Amino acid sequence: MSDQTITPDPQARPRTAAEIDPYGLTEAEGPSSGRVFNVSDYGEWDDVAEEAAALGEERIVVNMGPQHPSTHGVLRLILEIDGETVTEARAGIGYLHTGIEKNMEFRTWTQGVTFCTRMDYLTPMFQETAFCLGVERLLGITDQIPERVSIIRVLMMELTRVSSHLVAVATGGMEMGATTVMTVGFRERERILRVIEMITGLRMNNAYIRPGGVAQDLPPGAIDEIRDMIPLVQRGLRELEALLNENPVLKGRMVDVGYLDLTGCVALGVTGPILRATGLPYDLRKAAPYCGYETYDFDVITRDTCDAYGRLRIRLDECYESLGIISQTVDRLQATPGPVMVADKKIAWPAQLAIGSDGMGNSLDHIKHIMNNSMEALIHHFKLVTEGFRVPAGQVYQAVESAKGELGVHLVSDGGTRPYRAHFRDPSFNNLQAVAAMCEGGQVADVVVAVASIDPVMGGVDR
Amino acid sequence: MSEQTRPDAHVAQEAAPTTQEARDAALVDQPTAVATTEAQPEVVDLRRGAFGAHDSGDTSGYGGLRRPVVMPAPAQRPLDGWWEGLAQVLTRVLPEDDVTFEAAVEKIVADHGELTLYVRREYLLPVARRLRDEPELRFEICSGVSGVHYLNDVGRELHAVYHLLSITHGGRRVRLEVVCPDADPHIPSVVSVWPGNDWHERETWDMFGIQFDGHPALTRILMPDDWPGHPQRKDYPLGGIPVEYKGAEIPPPDERRSYS
Repeated sequence: MSDQTITPDPQARPRTAAEIDPYGLTEAEGPSSGRVFNVSDYGEWDDVAEEAAALGEERIVVNMGPQHPSTHGVLRLILEIDGETVTEARAGIGYLHTGIEKNMEFRTWTQGVTFCTRMDYLTPMFQETAFCLGVERLLGITDQIPERVSIIRVLMMELTRVSSHLVAVATGGMEMGATTVMTVGFRERERILRVIEMITGLRMNNAYIRPGGVAQDLPPGAIDEIRDMIPLVQRGLRELEALLNENPVLKGRMVDVGYLDLTGCVALGVTGPILRATGLPYDLRKAAPYCGYETYDFDVITRDTCDAYGRLRIRLDECYESLGIISQTVDRLQATPGPVMVADKKIAWPAQLAIGSDGMGNSLDHIKHIMNNSMEALIHHFKLVTEGFRVPAGQVYQAVESAKGELGVHLVSDGGTRPYRAHFRDPSFNNLQAVAAMCEGGQVADVVVAVASIDPVMGGVDR
Repeated sequence: MSEQTRPDAHVAQEAAPTTQEARDAALVDQPTAVATTEAQPEVVDLRRGAFGAHDSGDTSGYGGLRRPVVMPAPAQRPLDGWWEGLAQVLTRVLPEDDVTFEAAVEKIVADHGELTLYVRREYLLPVARRLRDEPELRFEICSGVSGVHYLNDVGRELHAVYHLLSITHGGRRVRLEVVCPDADPHIPSVVSVWPGNDWHERETWDMFGIQFDGHPALTRILMPDDWPGHPQRKDYPLGGIPVEYKGAEIPPPDERRSYS
């Protein structure tokens, strides 16, 4: 370990991991000479202990999570309880932080998709689409994206929305002890995942949407598969509705629980089903359409109950609307043949892959072209795949309506082949801040319902 | 709750023009010719060579290549569409806070259909409050703050980028960018204006080391409390180990060839 400091030097490149040990740095040597804040900086421990003693033995602080089964993974809820009443609730996050944004700065723009698809692992298509729309705007090729690409993206996003909502309803039911809700929800989600797997090859972490288009056109038979799937999922949704909507036990657990009104939502920047449960019909698909959403016929579902029950009903109703959009996309896909990648060969990766003899995805025509016919094409292919394409310097913010709310992508390019900065404003990250407002003053059992109604996915929260 | 702390108070009540075009037209009074000095595009870095070799070994013949990295050039007033109206409203109301528009906003960039106001950090709070509270602006939602670290832009290394959204006015967006030097990484917190920025500012502190003064509890949020350094700064290594694949050793991502 060297004793030099890491004050930025304009001439120096960033030092590599082999040269410095991030664990070995002292605070003075660290990249920032600023103060490192610790929890213990906020009051001396004596004060803390005195306060605890003064409050008496009735004050109990409970760590719910990060391994609690009702917290959707690794959310840690720090609850101060008085009997059964929650007097203070705070959420602790970060247990699933994997540095995806930092990693994206070290890969090409096309490789970035394989990272951001892993953020919110229940809504991979939304991260992929938002990222690719942002890259395309930086490149200035938004107008050149083929019509068929936009339709496929809408199809994939709406399939993902239904599957995400089904998980929200299913796990939310399970956390209240309704295991049938869970089995029905996951059974229906399976039908959707089968379609997604048929199209992309994977159930999750798809990396299917790419800057400029999509990785693959729909395989033969996909249209029929989707047409067959829609009525089955609708039947499953009706089953869920019959089980849930007027169920007195469920209503007893959910009505007026996790209350957050329009004031609270706007102040905390909460979007998605939680905002629409306050009666405000705000949906980015209508407010700032992308991928041609303005040409589809669908309604924005709202409720005015501001509670967990309203959010549940919104999610179920949105599934029907999404299935409606899916059937519209299927009709359009039949009427719109065409390429699934932008025509500019300086950006377009080979897009029609088949499984080759080596078990890898290969584009056979493309391989024939670059290996047999054109040395120039081989060079271009090699440069495109290893070096990537350059994106003009600038920044964009692209937002899409994910299943959970506004998913925003802030991309900064310095004109290079990699993102200079890629920041994802994950809706779950923002919405989890509402835990305190929803849970304080309620009962411990209501915390589970309120958190489930936010539908946080920690992969997206922690990134 | 007082009127000032209720950002949504007018979301539902305001009788707004029905179409977005009419709304946008209503914001602009008259296109005004404002004398502005010729603002220069921001040069944030200097690229050397062509293949990312930073040590001695660039034998490609391109080792002497020098290209500046230039961010998009500032826009000149009058701006397009409702953007000019926004600038006019801010010009009108900011003097009530003893600030002039020119003092608060160092430059305006209009790029990719998005408006960016570069706000000087000492005037961030009045600008933010006006953007939220003025009925014609009403950016009642802040979609968070994102940090960017320009390692070689000396004196302007750290940028905090805020994305504002106005639901009242049909989903208008505007971006605020606030710059602070690495030697003095302080920016006022906007949590008092948009409470939902709490976690976003904690994340930006955690990842970039920007200290948001006035934040209620600026602790780390994603990294452990005792973590040294701020991982998303450009002088913080990515780390990684070499991997063997089909007999060859693949270096970790931050040691692979980069194309400058």
